[in-house]
Amino acid sequence: MSDQPVGQPPTAPVLSGAESEVGAVPAQATASAPSTPRPYGGYFDEVADALAQAYPGVAQAVERSIVDRGELTLHVRREKLRDLAQSLRDDQDLRFELLASLSGVHYPTDAGRELHVVYELTSMTHNRRVRLEVAAPDDDPHVPSVVAVWPTADFQERETWDMFGVIFDGHPALTRIMMPDDWPGHPQRKDYPLGGIAVEYKGATIPPPDERRQYA
Amino acid sequence: MTTTDPYAGVRETTEGRVYTVTGGDWDDLAADVTTEHAERVVVNMGPQHPSTHGVLRLILELDGETITQARLAIGYLHTGIEKNCEYRNFTQAVTFLTRADYLSPLFTETGYSMAVEKLLGITDEVPVRAQVIRVMMMELNRISSHLVWLGTGGLEVGALSAMLYAFRERELILDIFEMVTGLRMNHAYIRPGGVIQDLPPGAVEKIREFVQLMPGKVDEYSNLLTGQPIWIARLQGIGYLDVNACVALGVTGPLLRAAGLPWDLRKSQPYCGYETYEFDVPTQQEGDCFARFLVRLDEIRESVKIVEQCLDRLRPGPVMVEDKKIAWPAQLALGADGMGNSLDHIRHIMATSMESLIHHFKLVTEGFHVPPGQVYVPIESPRGQLGVHLVSDGGTKPYRVHLREPSFVNLQAVPAVCEGSLIADVIASVASLDPVMGGCDR
Repeated sequence: MSDQPVGQPPTAPVLSGAESEVGAVPAQATASAPSTPRPYGGYFDEVADALAQAYPGVAQAVERSIVDRGELTLHVRREKLRDLAQSLRDDQDLRFELLASLSGVHYPTDAGRELHVVYELTSMTHNRRVRLEVAAPDDDPHVPSVVAVWPTADFQERETWDMFGVIFDGHPALTRIMMPDDWPGHPQRKDYPLGGIAVEYKGATIPPPDERRQYA
Repeated sequence: MTTTDPYAGVRETTEGRVYTVTGGDWDDLAADVTTEHAERVVVNMGPQHPSTHGVLRLILELDGETITQARLAIGYLHTGIEKNCEYRNFTQAVTFLTRADYLSPLFTETGYSMAVEKLLGITDEVPVRAQVIRVMMMELNRISSHLVWLGTGGLEVGALSAMLYAFRERELILDIFEMVTGLRMNHAYIRPGGVIQDLPPGAVEKIREFVQLMPGKVDEYSNLLTGQPIWIARLQGIGYLDVNACVALGVTGPLLRAAGLPWDLRKSQPYCGYETYEFDVPTQQEGDCFARFLVRLDEIRESVKIVEQCLDRLRPGPVMVEDKKIAWPAQLALGADGMGNSLDHIRHIMATSMESLIHHFKLVTEGFHVPPGQVYVPIESPRGQLGVHLVSDGGTKPYRVHLREPSFVNLQAVPAVCEGSLIADVIASVASLDPVMGGCDR
């Protein structure tokens, strides 16, 4: 930039507008990402071994195991989630008794697996953490409920239904929790607009956030 | 009913007769209700009610004064903070997140900043001084948050003087916050990479003064309340929740520790260097409202200890990562109209350095790129586990931010602590959960 003539406006940043990367899927969340090879390091190998012992069908239930940034993610087939969750909670070598967090992520470009549900498990007994990730397609947004395993999932599944439209089969009362009961749509999906109005400030008009220019 | 209050009244609905009660007409109401509806009464408490800790609506089914069923309606303060973050760059998102839990904003800021740093892989590059300032500010914030709980919780069960004492000391902390961050609340002070600016001159002395004063004040609260018969009668044996119930319902923080489990993420999964500080994790065994009161009082004492240690280990140094492609370019200063870019910085970029101007412009408008991936960072907020689940798609904005809010999760315990108790005890039980609706609804 040192050859920039003095007094000229600075080079405008590269704008990409419509072809910005919003909607791209982090590689490690897509179906194509490969499993991390063993050994994972840390306590993750002990967790994987204990899980294989406690739940013999683990090879069918867990599509991929990924270690990234010191966190272990197990991508679980949704039809096996309930049984796997039970083993993760009850087995004495696993004891993930606290479902710390349950939330949704919408990846519209991940064809056939658009809706992800992420479960952050904590074992207070062994002081360990592991993440489960389940995917469901937009046109069949069903995921089994884990309320019977972790009652704390109640509000969090309702929130994920409210915000993303994931239907948790077996939830005792899956109703909206943040939005009004008659609200159309699911606000945190990527195809749901943020909304907002243009604001005038000192003579200039600032468009609403989702209409401002995008930087790649 | 014979009331003359224009706002009170009766209307018929498909579900039955609905009364609007404004106070003072209780006798009429009771006479009317007992003849009309002998079997069951459903009372809407809130969302605008002085004892529900914000816009929380409790739907209580009563048999006389006993609660047979309690349900919650939340969402009145839903402001779409998580969604809004997806349209702002990684630094701007702090400004939104700090408004979630408005009584402990520095915790949300720290959790989020740590998540961004983890995605960037720069956790170890955050300067020591920034980490010490973060811990110090968080612990001061824990004290101020517990003081609001003590004040409003006391007020709700009729201990008016608790509010006067607690808010007096909270004001001292807010003065410190105003001095250091420029704002009493919603600071946006802790940013990805460190903190936005160093402590101003005089801040260390002011904080030192506070930590010398505070232990005596905690003794004052204790003298005022711990042995007081009315306080004990209102809290002891009320709102019982044991360890099993806490873990099943995801309840963490002072509630879990008041039930006897010494689970504190600052000890069990330390961050920001908490493993190097000396402090205890206060616990009680009873699992009732009174035990939670004792735990929180002790936590204030422990936080004072940590703040003291922070003051002792503050050494001169940077407060933001070295990497100029991440560190916020502007130097802030307090001007006549509040906190803003320092005039020296503006003079530098506008008059002398074209490169600095370009750099400033690019980083402020566009932000920095964060490699794709997802992380979950849990920290110990005054209300329990505050988790930040952050997904990046490689761009300059968060792809998804989710706050695992302890207020939201802990409120699930309301039916468990209220059903079967008297309606007056609902107030004490909900107060002991210390929910902040801004955090709960986000």
